[in-house]
Amino acid sequence: MKHWLKPSSPSGLILIVVLMFGFGFALVPLYDVFCEVTGLNGKTKGAYQGDINALAANSDRTITVQFVANRNDNLPWGFYPEQEEIKLTVGERKQIHFSVNNSYNRAVVAQAIPSVSPPQAADYLNKIECFCFQRQPLAAGEAKQFPLVFFVDPALPEEISKLTLSYTLFDISERDASGVD
Amino acid sequence: MSAHAETMHHGPAKGFSRWILTTNHKDIGTLYLVFSLIMLFIGGTMAFVIRAELFQPGLQLVMPEFFNQMTTMHGLIMIFGAVMPAFVGLANWQVPLMIGAPDMALPRLNNFSFWILPFAFAMLLSTLFMPGGAPDFGWTFYAPLSTTYAPPSVTFFVFAVHMMGISSILGAINVIVTIFNMRAPGMKMMDLPLFVWSWLITAFLLIAVMPVLAAVVTMVLMDVHFGTSFFSAAGGGDPVLFQHVFWFFAHPEVYIMVLPAFGVISEIIPTFARKPLFGYRAMVLATVAIAFLSFIVWAHHMFTVGMPLAGELFFMYTTMLIAVPTGVKVFNWISTMFKGSMTFETPMLFAIAFIVLFTIGGLSGLMLAIAPADFQYHDTYFVVAHFHYVLVPGSVFGIIAAVYYWLPKWSGKMYDEKLGQWHFWLSFIGVNLTFFPMHFVGLAGMPRRIPDYALQFADFNMLTSLGAFLFGTTQLLFVYILIKTVRSGKKAEQLPWEGARGLEWSVPTPAPYHTFTTPPDLERK
Repeated sequence: MKHWLKPSSPSGLILIVVLMFGFGFALVPLYDVFCEVTGLNGKTKGAYQGDINALAANSDRTITVQFVANRNDNLPWGFYPEQEEIKLTVGERKQIHFSVNNSYNRAVVAQAIPSVSPPQAADYLNKIECFCFQRQPLAAGEAKQFPLVFFVDPALPEEISKLTLSYTLFDISERDASGVD
Repeated sequence: MSAHAETMHHGPAKGFSRWILTTNHKDIGTLYLVFSLIMLFIGGTMAFVIRAELFQPGLQLVMPEFFNQMTTMHGLIMIFGAVMPAFVGLANWQVPLMIGAPDMALPRLNNFSFWILPFAFAMLLSTLFMPGGAPDFGWTFYAPLSTTYAPPSVTFFVFAVHMMGISSILGAINVIVTIFNMRAPGMKMMDLPLFVWSWLITAFLLIAVMPVLAAVVTMVLMDVHFGTSFFSAAGGGDPVLFQHVFWFFAHPEVYIMVLPAFGVISEIIPTFARKPLFGYRAMVLATVAIAFLSFIVWAHHMFTVGMPLAGELFFMYTTMLIAVPTGVKVFNWISTMFKGSMTFETPMLFAIAFIVLFTIGGLSGLMLAIAPADFQYHDTYFVVAHFHYVLVPGSVFGIIAAVYYWLPKWSGKMYDEKLGQWHFWLSFIGVNLTFFPMHFVGLAGMPRRIPDYALQFADFNMLTSLGAFLFGTTQLLFVYILIKTVRSGKKAEQLPWEGARGLEWSVPTPAPYHTFTTPPDLERK
């Protein structure tokens, strides 16, 4: 080892400090990778990329999907699913709507963040279309129906018979004003 | 020859500039220790406010907002202002003396790393007078409390933490370089006194985790001011990520605050038991093992965030594993005392109290490590009792023991043994009266960081507050003892403790301004 790299020299020690500072930031992507690999955290993936028509809904295994709508910071907006719970067979395509209404008298930008429980089911809940894929601008007082099209992968582990898909709606107007006209 | 010797062996500069410009390890050690004593009283005053408010249920003295500022600032000041600088001060005084070096390896850096601290803490304390008040999100500054809901002073908090971090890192670099490169000829690593070994390991922990703290406060700063979303779910981040990064720093940090105390105790116990330390090699290995394990247990602070079962189990078992090397240390201290010719001067009393009370704190730590039980204990006063037992009769008693032990060599004067005994017993009673009832109210469900509480906790809280007032005022006696020693103490002997061994006792009393300008001859000893 070169003498200035040794952990007994000031320069070697400063190198450790710099590396550890970088490691602190590296924990951010590492955390996401870790959650993705292990399927922890209940984060769902983006839009389903596979061939939807190839999916045959020939299974008679039914599962229950519950929908939960939360508002971050107790926003005074209305936000709720049209049904709280549905039963469907695995592989079956389903569309439901979430209603939202902006009770502010100004335009806002909303963003919904999904989470699936139990987390190991997150990989099997595939969304073909979701309002959570984009930020959602809402005019003052506007009410809207947010669509969600999804199916549950037939490979869903046998022990799971019920899963919960929850959305938390955030007001991101300050963060991202570009959607407000 | 004599004229030459005079110019070579000059004393300290005159006047106040001595303290600003000094590069002498003894001066800087003294600066660190005095600074930490001042911080102890500032942080103690905040604890006083907290305990006065909690003396009775209901809101009497302060508003909840101010109460939160007090708990936050108390934690920050005690950790970064009192405990950590005190240990760096001890390292400055003792590491060169114990390894036979003339000074620290990087004396100018040493001066710089101390003088950052008064500015960092002046900035942190100034937030108390800012609109919106001081940081009020707890010393753990969890997002989003420290981002979305933070007072404007969070920016000053971030920069103060940056400065403290730089100071600690530079101090640690200095210690490591000194120990590796400036040992007396012939002193091998396994000849190092245990205080030096524990500081070496502590310094590596500091180097490894203080930059992670710097990273996490930088991310907080960016979330607050630059529109990033590291910890905001709305922008794709994750508040739980904050806890992971923070505890990756903060768990090793708790060992940073206790390993040097382990080293102090390992010096004091053999002296007053008049026996060599039992199991030196095992002690070194146990310290290394604790340091290693401290990196893989962090999530035991966050059992309740919704971790998967595998995670809970992993962090539970690794945490419990720490009890093994810690148990080795406690066993070895007790074995050192076994059949020794013990005397109980003040440093020894504090050292024995350290072993007993730190072990109580360790055992409540084991209870907290049980993941299913932690769901009950989480964020209650049981946690407060646990970490105060390891920090106050742990780290703080370790520091006080070290000061009593080495003060005769530093000052050339002997402290008043009778007053020292008073100081010990009042502190011992005060500390237990303060923190022991916290276990009970915690198990019964009293939450931490709340300025008010349910009526059934009233009696124990009053006891805790009385204990805290006793413990706090007793430390004024400590200051009196220190001043009395320096001003009018009896002259200390060359070897004030009969059983003391080690290079630091071979220099004259008081230790001259420059020591070991020629390396000691280890063969002759």
